[in-house]
Amino acid sequence: MSELAVRVTGIGVYGPGLTSWEQAGTLLRGGQAPAATEAPKPAPPLLPAAERRRAPDTVLYAAQAAAEACAMAATDPALLPCVFSSTQGDIAITDYMCTTLASTPRELSPTKFHNSVHNAAVGYWSIATGCRAPSTALSAWIDSVGGGLFEAAVQAVDGDAPVLFVAYDAAAAGPLRSVVPFDCGFAVALVLAPASSGSGAQLRLRRAQSADAPTPAADWMQALSVRNAAAAGLPLLQALAGAGPRDLHLRAGGRFALHVQVMP
Amino acid sequence: MQAGVFPRPSGTLRLPTPIPPLAVTAHTATSAAGRGVAAFARALRERRGGLRSNDFGSEPLACWIGRVDGVEEAAVPAEFAAIDCRNNRLAWIGLNEDGFLAKARDAVQRYGADRVAVVLGTSTASIGATEEAYCGLADDGGFASPYRNFLLHSPHSLVTFVQGVLGTTGPACTVATACSSSAKVFAQAERLIRLGWADAAVVGGVDTLCGSVLFGFNALQLVSDAPCRPFDVARRGISIGEAAGFALLERAGAADRAAPQLRGWGESSDAHHMSSPHPQGLGARLAIADALQRAALDPSAIDYVNMHGTATPANDAVEATVVAEVFPATTRASSTKGWTGHTLGAAGIVEAVACLIALQQEFIPGTLNCSEPDPLCGPQLALDNVASAPQLALSSSFGFGGNNAVLVFGRGGRA
Repeated sequence: MSELAVRVTGIGVYGPGLTSWEQAGTLLRGGQAPAATEAPKPAPPLLPAAERRRAPDTVLYAAQAAAEACAMAATDPALLPCVFSSTQGDIAITDYMCTTLASTPRELSPTKFHNSVHNAAVGYWSIATGCRAPSTALSAWIDSVGGGLFEAAVQAVDGDAPVLFVAYDAAAAGPLRSVVPFDCGFAVALVLAPASSGSGAQLRLRRAQSADAPTPAADWMQALSVRNAAAAGLPLLQALAGAGPRDLHLRAGGRFALHVQVMP
Repeated sequence: MQAGVFPRPSGTLRLPTPIPPLAVTAHTATSAAGRGVAAFARALRERRGGLRSNDFGSEPLACWIGRVDGVEEAAVPAEFAAIDCRNNRLAWIGLNEDGFLAKARDAVQRYGADRVAVVLGTSTASIGATEEAYCGLADDGGFASPYRNFLLHSPHSLVTFVQGVLGTTGPACTVATACSSSAKVFAQAERLIRLGWADAAVVGGVDTLCGSVLFGFNALQLVSDAPCRPFDVARRGISIGEAAGFALLERAGAADRAAPQLRGWGESSDAHHMSSPHPQGLGARLAIADALQRAALDPSAIDYVNMHGTATPANDAVEATVVAEVFPATTRASSTKGWTGHTLGAAGIVEAVACLIALQQEFIPGTLNCSEPDPLCGPQLALDNVASAPQLALSSSFGFGGNNAVLVFGRGGRA
């Protein structure tokens, strides 16, 4: 049976009550729920100030977690292939596009249009960091954390080099709120390196036997992952913090699921 | 390889190692140039383009489009009614051409449902259904009941549909990197098969006409008011098209020797601008170099290059220069977007199929609608079709966000 073994050399997180890995790690080790239910808009350090002001929320959340993970890994982001994964892309921009198309389609903003592509976040990230390595933008619907983690691990093993993985989503907006349950932003980022290199927790990924066996997660984690599917990465972060179950079941798209063994 | 045409940041990105070829054991494409491979090949051979004056939507822009007839009538099977939309209807049409569905189901039988991956690219996905929902909201301000389904409005609706039709339980992923999407799926699937996570993969992509892309590209002033003219000095932008295409990948040793092969792939990022290419095409050069390296080939081995060739002033200027500098004068290069329009997230698979047609049917398509080439073009640019028997073909796809993917295909062995 196929297995992927990688090391986690950098971790980043940004969401309600979880605004850095250091703070989130302490909280997860203590088994506590975050106190805050909202998070201030992130101001990711690697994006130029002008981009920070006008970038869509998905770009800010993804870049915030990515910058934190790269700093912890002490790796130049210009050299890291990027696997960015999101259920839905930027819903506020989709709402703007669809509202404008339903009323005044010829007045559509060109900037909003190019920001509407699913790979906008990884595009802005690669431009800001000068990264010419391969980059991709994936979706596996609400299983995009598992789907993205899997592809990033495949690339780290295939290239025998570190890869940046980011999963993110933003709050729903406008009439899309009637179908998309997300009401907050959330992003999680990991730098995955080949298992043979350096230090850091090791992850072993195997195919799970059933797509439906759940990993028991704290109630607050389950609730947060309904508010934003990127929070489905919280049990993995908890294991990386050295607490909670170390054998995780992570849905990764359709009926494909991963068994993730965490060795901190 | 010549360092000058493939500048690589020193001491940084590593060159990849060669990969074993994969067999392309089935393939199909449906676009404005025809339903299925035979119709597409005939249109290419007879130089009959599929573009028409824009008749899509209630307030059509004055431009030309590549529209597939009959999508409105091609309802998906009843069990997928919840994710019925123009994109999945076109996917259904595409799956049923060239016996693709039967061949893919046969692979599922042979290898097992869990051993077949589904990796598809799209840029529009089902956004057309979301646009429709906004045109008739319910009293509570939300979506009306037929549209009140989360998955219907997700980019992953396409893969969910195709995976459901095939009944697979292997890795399932949507790649959404704009116009490189359905080229990158070949790379992702190749890795999955080589690393042992799948024995076969259904790759490809589907994109459909919708307001977002028509009015969006119009807002960027990238849409031509006439049929697109790739690489012509007088080109004025793209003609947007829709398409569905699929390919079945298996290990070469498990397949008929005559099957064409995926020989290499390369991916890169421009790190330059969201909607303009790098002025020297640095990302494009990196992707071409990596694809050739994985295929263990020099540029001189490539007989045919299917260029991205969108017919925007900026894309074609950069790409013309890159091809002129990277490939020898004996390589033939063309853009087939004059036939299909720019099918965006489906462009990678449509042009992969154009390469497979060139390899199997022994002719190289020229560049429809190009009469006076941009002086930046090298001697490689083919305007007319060329009767020849290419052995190796390379296809380039470049997307917004500076996202580049290049594929190399080889002709199969004699049976």
